[in-house]
Amino acid sequence: MGNLTASVGRTAAWWPPVRYRTFVALVSAGFRRFSTYRQATLAGAFTNIVFGFLRCFVILAVARGGGGRPGGYDSAQLVTYIWISQGLIATVGMWGDATLSERIRTGDVVADLLRPVPPVLSYLATDLGRAGFAVLTRFVAPVLVGALAFDLYVPRHALTYPLFAVAVLLATVVSFACRYIVNATAYWLLDARGPLMAWSLVSNVLCGLYFPLSFLPGWLELALWWATPFPYLLQAPVDVLVERHPVAGSLGLVAGSLAWSGLCLAGAWYVQKRGEHRLVVQGG
Amino acid sequence: MYARLVGAQVRAQIRYKVSFTVDLVATTLAAGLDLGTVLVLFRVAPDIAGFGVRQGFLIASLASCGFASADFVMGNIDRLQNIIRLGTLDAVMVRPLSVLCQLLAGEFALRRVGRVIQGITVYGVALAAAHVRPTPAHVVLAVLAPLCGLVFFASWFLAGATISFWWIDSGEFASGFTYGGRDFVAYPVTVYSGLFRRVFGYGLGFAFIAYYPSLVLLDRPDPLGLPPWTGWCAPAVAMLAARIASALWRIGVRQYMSTGS
Repeated sequence: MGNLTASVGRTAAWWPPVRYRTFVALVSAGFRRFSTYRQATLAGAFTNIVFGFLRCFVILAVARGGGGRPGGYDSAQLVTYIWISQGLIATVGMWGDATLSERIRTGDVVADLLRPVPPVLSYLATDLGRAGFAVLTRFVAPVLVGALAFDLYVPRHALTYPLFAVAVLLATVVSFACRYIVNATAYWLLDARGPLMAWSLVSNVLCGLYFPLSFLPGWLELALWWATPFPYLLQAPVDVLVERHPVAGSLGLVAGSLAWSGLCLAGAWYVQKRGEHRLVVQGG
Repeated sequence: MYARLVGAQVRAQIRYKVSFTVDLVATTLAAGLDLGTVLVLFRVAPDIAGFGVRQGFLIASLASCGFASADFVMGNIDRLQNIIRLGTLDAVMVRPLSVLCQLLAGEFALRRVGRVIQGITVYGVALAAAHVRPTPAHVVLAVLAPLCGLVFFASWFLAGATISFWWIDSGEFASGFTYGGRDFVAYPVTVYSGLFRRVFGYGLGFAFIAYYPSLVLLDRPDPLGLPPWTGWCAPAVAMLAARIASALWRIGVRQYMSTGS
């Protein structure tokens, strides 16, 4: 079977690639779709809460044993760190879903390519809708329980809250773009399970979910912050919220998130273009 | 019969050598990350809840060993959720073989053996590093504890999957107890406090799997005040869990009604 270069129907103008109203419509469609998964949301929130308790106790023991400020955080900051990360897992979307790679494997992706909205943007809009619903449910639930059971750190600067919101939004974009790229390897490998598994493993550890990255040796931490997008998935928003650094530092983290989200989106766009060229439709 | 099913799966998976090797390496790495986390935490805090790095690592590796073996044996049971949803459980039940064994043999994952081998190896290293005295009692307990962990975690896997008979989308709910339980067991129970410790550790039995056997192996008295023979309760706890889980399973299978049709 020869290569099939899908001819994509695009809007006449190259910019903007999608109209604002279309994008918003796609976001709210994604929100509505994911709001129907009630049982999964409930079960997921329960798991987050259980893990929140587990990690919280462990980190408190570490704080006591580490004498004062392990990794530069005090106890309240560490506790908040744990509960906010549990809330952010589902919001940012740490676990890679394989929708795109499945659609590539079966050839359904042709339908996505024939639509007037570029697939990267339509998938992004859906993912933002998903994240929006997750914020209302799977972020709020663990944070609320954590606040009731433990003393959380309350940010002192008024700027922290909007910065945190922006950082979470950018983290979602970075996460989406990376997951998109990992899924898009299916254009070449057909079976993206290996890259997906590698992504899940590596991103979970290196984003600061199991432990704050400052627990690692200095050189490793530096390399992660400067050379990889992983810290910006989780560690950056959380550091902004617990005010690990002064305001200038938080602004720097948000700037870094912005840079990486732009970079990763560009990467996803590039991979998608290359994939379209390479596309071989299986079956029919 | 089951041996043939499993053998067929194994032969099929080994055929794709590269894919199998990648899977094996990835699964092994995954297991290593949990233990690596423990080491990173001890790097920052030399003493966690009264335990040093060698002792904490022994507890964590004991937990990991038991969990990896349980995952190897019983890990595929979470397919049950999908099978029920698709309605194909009827086909499984019609066959003259046990439903449970069919489910487990059906997608036997040889790659998970990597985690088991790694788990056992690391556990052995941890025993040596913690200077566990090789008395006969200690040797027996050192071998017995991971086996009890296997039975205990496998029971939780089974019980968690059985909920699918009543609550279809329960997969993530159960993982709070199976994977959450694994995380609980990996750290000394002194880390946890209050109601949480009582419910998870004593009520659900997770404290008896790695923490109390480790105390015996390390010749340490329990900071929480329980007598030393508590370390030998692991087999009893595991048997009880297995009893409950298999009873639940039998009830679930009997009550099962097909979806649709």
